[in-house]
Amino acid sequence: MARTVTTRRKSFNTALAWAVGLLIFFPILWTILTSFKTEAQAIASPPLFLNFNWTLENYAIVQERSDYMRFLWNSVIIAGGSTVLGVIIAVPAAWAMAFVPSKRTKDILLWMLSTKMLPAVGVLYPIYLLFIRLGLLDTRGGLVVVLMLINLPIIVWMLYTYFREIPGEILEAARMDGATLKEEILYVLTPMAIPGIASTVLLNFILAWNEAFWTLNLTAVDAAPLTAFIASYSSPEGLFFAKLSAASTMAIAPILILGWFSQKQLVRGLTFGAVK
Amino acid sequence: MATQHSRSVARLMMAPAVVLLLGWMLVPLTMTLYFSFKKYLPLRGGDLGWVGLDNYVRFVSSSSFWPAVQATLVIVGGVLVITVVLGILLAMLLDQPMWGQGVVRILVIAPFFVMPTVSALVWKNMFMDPVNGLLAHLWRFFGAEPVSWLSEASMTSIIMIVSWQWLPFATLILLTAIQSLDSEQLEAAEMDGAPVLKRFYHIILPHLSRAITIVILIQTIFLLSIFAEIFVTTGGAFGTRTLTYLIFQRVLESQNVGLGSAGGVYAIILANIVAIFLMRIVGKNLDA
Repeated sequence: MARTVTTRRKSFNTALAWAVGLLIFFPILWTILTSFKTEAQAIASPPLFLNFNWTLENYAIVQERSDYMRFLWNSVIIAGGSTVLGVIIAVPAAWAMAFVPSKRTKDILLWMLSTKMLPAVGVLYPIYLLFIRLGLLDTRGGLVVVLMLINLPIIVWMLYTYFREIPGEILEAARMDGATLKEEILYVLTPMAIPGIASTVLLNFILAWNEAFWTLNLTAVDAAPLTAFIASYSSPEGLFFAKLSAASTMAIAPILILGWFSQKQLVRGLTFGAVK
Repeated sequence: MATQHSRSVARLMMAPAVVLLLGWMLVPLTMTLYFSFKKYLPLRGGDLGWVGLDNYVRFVSSSSFWPAVQATLVIVGGVLVITVVLGILLAMLLDQPMWGQGVVRILVIAPFFVMPTVSALVWKNMFMDPVNGLLAHLWRFFGAEPVSWLSEASMTSIIMIVSWQWLPFATLILLTAIQSLDSEQLEAAEMDGAPVLKRFYHIILPHLSRAITIVILIQTIFLLSIFAEIFVTTGGAFGTRTLTYLIFQRVLESQNVGLGSAGGVYAIILANIVAIFLMRIVGKNLDA
């Protein structure tokens, strides 16, 4: 008897959760479906769900008209570059704070976090001006540096919370056995730290990929990543739903896939270790 | 354990990150402060000298200031209420035993990974377009007059779009918190015959209070500076000009840098008030 109740309850939960889940996912699904329609089918009334002639022509048009690959490449360079650079700078800092803590470690960590709270718009003009003066406006290098700086606090924090979970005794044991600092880092710490570093890289790549304040304000043509490429569709032009959908699908597909792998790290990374 | 030597090595290892962040914070901040006391119009005469607190007074007394404050508060407040309430319900639902939980979780989280410009444009065109949008079709199906979402119900529309983007974040954090709840406690309460609502108020909600606070604080910081969602939908028209957008317009569109910088200082102060509370919670957690 008890079992039938649980099964019924489980069925109800399942049905409700799937309905809600699909509803939330629907805008993405609809975008993907529309990207395979012709422009006429995209605005058909009543709307067509699966009963249309699937076509890939929108993808070809988008690539041909605006050179999608160039924007994609910019996104990869900017998100990838800022993440790698950030990790290179953050690993030593997080390592030092996790394994050689001092009285001021906590203050430094909180201060780093506070720089993340600085509203971008408050420093928009100074950065814009510096970019002009230094010839960095609309360059990928400039954006790599800015995105690295805005994500550096999160990178340090995430790495710190991961490193802190590595038991200090292991390091001491290695030291007893006569390991030098270099050996300690290379052979003891690195293998244990790699999962944490990988999660940090993943989450920060996603954050940098989707960043849309600095990428919109500091690029024009040459360095524009996908965020700016999509924004260029904000002025409507005749029938463009299918093309917009194809462009959108291409912009979000890589990150959706990466994102699904990073759900767990998302919580830790975005709450600065306050929720685990 | 730490020797003098390892301490100085540690300091050296921290130096690059600390110096970079210090520079990133101090240089632009000093410049913003400097400009905020100047009449500075790069395209119309450049630096026109010191004006004291004039920009601060003018920014606050301009006719667009209070509407911008109001728009900001309505958007932040609206999104917070929607994401927290729905987030709690959704987290509780996802915590129940069911088939295909992993897949449902993925479906729910997905919007968080969609870049802001994409989600705003997809909503604007394919859902909220008054002629061809899906919502217009739905309205017509029920015999209602389609709504011009982004002009007639501009704030509601922006809140809907931003809530859709942030609901996954709230849900995911609240779900993580719910999963750490001792299930025996809940089962005991259930055995004792405590009704669902009582169990929610006396066990689940208190357990979630810290996670809810964190969701509210972190989202507030991000929501105060939403930009792309407004940039590609209304461009600040129809009463959706937030404080962030107003400052952006002053600085880059009308190139009134002095005035915009004063606004920027206000925005920084506002964000810091929220940040202080967040830092306290995070700081407490560090000691634990």
